[in-house]
Amino acid sequence: MSSNKKYWKSVEELNENSSIVETLQQNEFVKEIPTDEFLGDKSSLENSSTTRRDFLKYVGFSTAAASLAACEGPVKKSIPYVVQPERIVPGVANYYATTIADGFDFASVLIKTREGRPIKVENNNLASSNGDANARVHASVLSLYDSSRLQGPKKGNEDVSWDVLDKEVIAKLNSIGGKQIVLLTQTYASPSTSKLISEFKTKYQNVKHVVYDAISNSEALDAYQAMFGERALADYDFSKANTIVSVGADFLGDWQGGGYDSGYAKGRVPKNGKMSKHIQFEANMSLSGANADKRIQATPSQQKQVLAALYKYVTGAGTKGALDSKLDAEVVSAAKQIQKAGSNAVVISGIQDIDAQLVVLEINKAIQSKAFNQNTPRTIRQGDAKAVAQLVKDMNAGRVGALLIAGVNPVYTLPNANEFKSGLEKVDLSVAFTMHNDATGELCNYIAVTPHYLESWGDVELKKGSYSLMQPTIRPLFDTRQFQETLLKWTDNSSSYDEYIKSAWTGILGGTSWNQALHDGVLIKPSLPKQGLVDAIEISEGDTPEVVATSISTGTDVNAAARRLSIAKSNGLELTLYIKTSLGDGQQANNPWLQEMPDPITRTSWDNYLTVSKADAEQLGLTNENVANGALNGSYAKVTAAGKEVVVPVIIQPGQAKGSVGLALGYGKSKGLKQEMNVGVNAYPLYQNLNAVQEVSITAAEGTHEFACVQLHNTLMGRGDIVKETTLEVFNTKDKREWNAVPVVSKNHIEYEVTSPEVDLWDSFDRSIGHHFNLSIDLNACTGCGACVIACHAENNVPVVGKSEIRRSRDMHWLRIDRYYSSQDSFKGDNEKKNNISGLGSSLSEFGEMENPSDNPQVVFQPVMCQHCNHAPCETVCPVAATSHGRQGQNHMAYNRCVGTRYCANNCPYKVRRFNWFLYNNNDEFDYHMNNDLGRMVLNPDVTVRSRGVMEKCSMCIQMTQKTILDAKREGREVKDGEFQTACSAACSSGAMVFGDINDKSSEVAKLKEDDRMYHLLEHVGTKPNVIYHTKVRNTTEA
Amino acid sequence: MKQVKHRNSASKILILGTVFLFTFFTPVFGQDEAAVDAAVVTEASSGGDVAKGEELFKSLCAACHKRYKKMTGPALFGVEDKYEREWIYSWIKNSAAMIASGDSQAIAIYEEYNKTAMNAFPQLSNTDIDNIIAYVMVPKADPPAPVSGAEGNAAVSGSGAGVSTNVILAILALVFLMLMVVLFLVNKTLRSFAEANNVELPIEEKRTPIWKAFVQNQFLVLVTAVFLLLASGYFVYGYFMQVGVDQGYQPVQPIHYSHKIHAGDNQIECKYCHSSARVSKTSGIPSLNVCMNCHKSISEVADATATEEYSKEFYDGEIQKLYKATGWDPDTQSYTGKTEPVKWVRIHNLPDFAYFNHSQHVSVAGVECQTCHGPVEEMEIMYQHAPLTMGWCINCHRETNVKVADNKYYEKIHKELSKKYGVDQLTAAQMGGLECGKCHY
Repeated sequence: MSSNKKYWKSVEELNENSSIVETLQQNEFVKEIPTDEFLGDKSSLENSSTTRRDFLKYVGFSTAAASLAACEGPVKKSIPYVVQPERIVPGVANYYATTIADGFDFASVLIKTREGRPIKVENNNLASSNGDANARVHASVLSLYDSSRLQGPKKGNEDVSWDVLDKEVIAKLNSIGGKQIVLLTQTYASPSTSKLISEFKTKYQNVKHVVYDAISNSEALDAYQAMFGERALADYDFSKANTIVSVGADFLGDWQGGGYDSGYAKGRVPKNGKMSKHIQFEANMSLSGANADKRIQATPSQQKQVLAALYKYVTGAGTKGALDSKLDAEVVSAAKQIQKAGSNAVVISGIQDIDAQLVVLEINKAIQSKAFNQNTPRTIRQGDAKAVAQLVKDMNAGRVGALLIAGVNPVYTLPNANEFKSGLEKVDLSVAFTMHNDATGELCNYIAVTPHYLESWGDVELKKGSYSLMQPTIRPLFDTRQFQETLLKWTDNSSSYDEYIKSAWTGILGGTSWNQALHDGVLIKPSLPKQGLVDAIEISEGDTPEVVATSISTGTDVNAAARRLSIAKSNGLELTLYIKTSLGDGQQANNPWLQEMPDPITRTSWDNYLTVSKADAEQLGLTNENVANGALNGSYAKVTAAGKEVVVPVIIQPGQAKGSVGLALGYGKSKGLKQEMNVGVNAYPLYQNLNAVQEVSITAAEGTHEFACVQLHNTLMGRGDIVKETTLEVFNTKDKREWNAVPVVSKNHIEYEVTSPEVDLWDSFDRSIGHHFNLSIDLNACTGCGACVIACHAENNVPVVGKSEIRRSRDMHWLRIDRYYSSQDSFKGDNEKKNNISGLGSSLSEFGEMENPSDNPQVVFQPVMCQHCNHAPCETVCPVAATSHGRQGQNHMAYNRCVGTRYCANNCPYKVRRFNWFLYNNNDEFDYHMNNDLGRMVLNPDVTVRSRGVMEKCSMCIQMTQKTILDAKREGREVKDGEFQTACSAACSSGAMVFGDINDKSSEVAKLKEDDRMYHLLEHVGTKPNVIYHTKVRNTTEA
Repeated sequence: MKQVKHRNSASKILILGTVFLFTFFTPVFGQDEAAVDAAVVTEASSGGDVAKGEELFKSLCAACHKRYKKMTGPALFGVEDKYEREWIYSWIKNSAAMIASGDSQAIAIYEEYNKTAMNAFPQLSNTDIDNIIAYVMVPKADPPAPVSGAEGNAAVSGSGAGVSTNVILAILALVFLMLMVVLFLVNKTLRSFAEANNVELPIEEKRTPIWKAFVQNQFLVLVTAVFLLLASGYFVYGYFMQVGVDQGYQPVQPIHYSHKIHAGDNQIECKYCHSSARVSKTSGIPSLNVCMNCHKSISEVADATATEEYSKEFYDGEIQKLYKATGWDPDTQSYTGKTEPVKWVRIHNLPDFAYFNHSQHVSVAGVECQTCHGPVEEMEIMYQHAPLTMGWCINCHRETNVKVADNKYYEKIHKELSKKYGVDQLTAAQMGGLECGKCHY
């Protein structure tokens, strides 16, 4: 030792007098290790007869026994039916047409059942005019197997039999005295239920029926009633419109019940050089705004002014307020477009204001809009906000004797829930008709447990003349009874509800047989056109009709309404409460598929949040940041409105109008669902007067929130080979090479297109024989609705991994919908900027700038799944040949062969491969539907449930293509075009996804492949994918 | 009669065994004779031909009637005593007319059997009916022998055979022992003779023990070691490859269902019961209502069905199990509604990650069930015939031609592919039947 340096391990050691140092010299630890705590007390250990050797023997024996036992296969039992139902063949799917009508979502659907259990929701093609299944409807099959459902009727907290419940409730109903009996229900839109309720009204005295929609459309209903004398919602067919102006209406989302996307998408695909033009004025970035050709930011109060101005410019009547000059210019331009389009234009608005809705109806009437279906108004929203408010008053005044609550959860969804609760205490008899022990149910005297819609009978009149039937697709799982069945009991009607519907339908059926109607699930009666309207449209077709301002016959003063709109003002921030594509009004909050589905705009799952514009966020001191592992964190904000305050996390949303904020309803449910699903913040307390627009004040709050966001990179950075985009003008006038050029590479100083065999590293296989599957995705038609994401989940047993795993980018979605913002005003601007970057200096700064989306970015959605490359990079790197190529173009994945090296995922340029980091089924750590017997009933028996350590990815639904082929073989025929489907293409109601066999030259997909707009994702990589995309075309033409 | 083979070794025992056999079989023959005697007696009394009657009964009446048991219709034994013969003639020829005419006896029986109308048999002559009556009036033969008795006898005969084998072995052992003793004694005597006669015995030279020689020869050691290593490797590999392969798996089922009786003796088509094999991926274990299609009227097996191993009582008991499971009450000929689904033990288990579709093979390819399931029609107890390994599947796909005849689906693809491969007939493998994704998804 040459040095006398003292080395020390802690500062304590330098203190010579420290007792700790002394102790440490003797012992390893300062304190004695509390072994007793984990070994039990000493005496009992010593008394134990098990010595260490014995213990080791036991361990050895049990290990050996376990290994020996593992060599024996388990004995499996098979239990056939005693009497097999005639139509059920094990292994063959049966389809039933039924209808979802949960008060928020209404759609005619087909249910796929296997061995008698529903496993998937599909679109009912016979009923496409009624609106197709959205993501929530596709996910609703999982809600059937919700383990938190109540299993039998309850009285308070006690289980009770139906007989006792009936007896007690009927006795109480009869002795209610002079007080009111109130039925507070969802919108049923059901002819039979209406009839039944009127019978209930005659049976008991003083019965009132209050219809309550959690998401109110009361003003639009009132306006329609004022103008057309009928309380319904205006129906539009956007496929007939070539100019669409929307003022704050998210019609591609859930505006007025939704279901408009398929009609809209029809007009968006350029045909003969024409496509529709869509102008959107809005505050929050919505699906509709993201799809619009032109999106103009306007706060809710500005929207009212915009509408007043638009009315003035289009019809010449009314007054224009003090509109911001920039906005005014936009309105003038929009009005010009409307005038040019004439009856081919349509104006809609989502402003919850009777004046605004009147003005909109008036404009459409004035221009004789063809898209406005006056004959078939929608009946799927009937809620009356005023009646609900009156009910709460009556309850508190003690005027209500009995309250029967069916299909709604007012304690959760009412803004004045506390008043409702105190009123509920004064009601003598309260019965909740619900599936869960939810916030309302637990406060009621009785819960009459209702079945899921897939276990129920029903009928719905979705639009005037469009009827739809609901039939059970499974025997009720629990001891439940549907609301109508109970009403029948309570009105001493001995018939069952299905018989009741059948008799009620004798008038509706006309010439159709009941069995046929039930088989089709839908009955559309030819509606008689209203006088003269059709004639007028016929005449005006082909030329531009002059726009006439017609006076209003009903006596409603639209001009006055427009005047009131024009002076709309706002002080401070305006909050627009919106509805997320995934959770809707929150009924299905216990559905893990929906919770995990990323929001199409923010790409965030498992949360709701305040969307704030960048400028406002800076002003309020709200931030978003990406942490080390790439996940997103955001600050909290305290939102106060009318004395109510909530603390919510913040996401800075590009495109959010300055001075406005957005917040999604439907989250923060705490009763009647699993702990894992209790996420987000309940925004209903802010939904004062059931109006989505509220004036709020916002302050920053303590803490940071951890988001589960699946896409952290916001912009495209000018990478035109991912999303190709052009304008209608260029598309019509320029050559394909201008706007959809195939990338070129240089070989021997000669430029070749990358698709040329000259520059191909690989020899191509001959794929001209047999089937060759291609999936075509049209970026023009895709609205980003996400129905395909859920359909893929259901078809392919894709696991749910939960928020913390999503945050680690371990989401398992086989199909994702990427959303890109532009960093310039348009994607074209992005491309130009990127191409003009020269030198290192400018590239560093300018690429940095390009990462930030602009204030009002253009948005594009791009569904991405495995591209099934013919020259797949993943296949060549797999050391065990677990992934290989089939002749039919599909990239196969043999799970049982995979050893989990994850080389394939690393080598995939599209990042579509998903690795099972854990066992996601039968694992308490992932307590979602795959962790209980009930939830597992939704699994598709034709698709393997993957285990831990295995790579998985989109299979192009090979189980479906194989089934189609087998059916054809068995019937000895060729496969017809349109028979081949994948789960996503079948779910896509907008027609953006088309699947088929390109070797069948007459097939639609073969034609799409030859289309000028066709390109491959990252074509320059040379992977030759079997998924093709179609260049997005924006209609930027101005009038 | 496996024991007979052993007995061949000793003629004595053979004779002994034959004596045993005769002792047991004679009473059976005796009973048969007794039955025949009884038949003869009845024939004499009613004046009909029992044999002809039996033939007619089985072809026309057996679907609804039994002699000694109620079925859809009443038990027919004793019918002659209950009704006038003329009445019987007219009832059989046209029962409906009798009921219509208001015959009280006819109406009573019609009411008793749930108003099930009996078919009219106008084609039968009175003689025919006499023959049938003669047959049904044969009194029920006494049960061959009580079950326990039969089993007891079997046990006795079994143990008897066991004793005799042991005796032979013991005698043989004794003989060998005696021989050894004799040899030893002879050797000893000879040596003492030699010693006595001073004959010099050759002294054996001590050789290197063979194991030592082996160890010293390094080449041999090396070769043996290599051989042993290879051999053990072979066996270890073989052992591991059969883990999870359940070829020959033959579990005990809750109901002893004999494929041999159904598919073999009675020639019932496989797909009559396993009907979903035609359209579905699973062949389906038949639901019990399919069994009841026949077993409503077959409540017991024929005497000829019984074998040495399984008696008639045993089989009848198994049918009773079916009745219990379906809730069928044979006395009232109706379902009680109380069912107990049968928990069969699954024999053919494919892992979840392998997709197999029966209809593809059965309906499209026309593969015989026996190709994979073996001689099911000979199996008294079902077992797994094929290994069901991937190699086995693949091998068949390589060897089997696709059945393309009269199938429009294959028309185009077969023409093009066979041209490409230059063959007349495509195998399943050439059609793409070896691709991973065709079975694994």
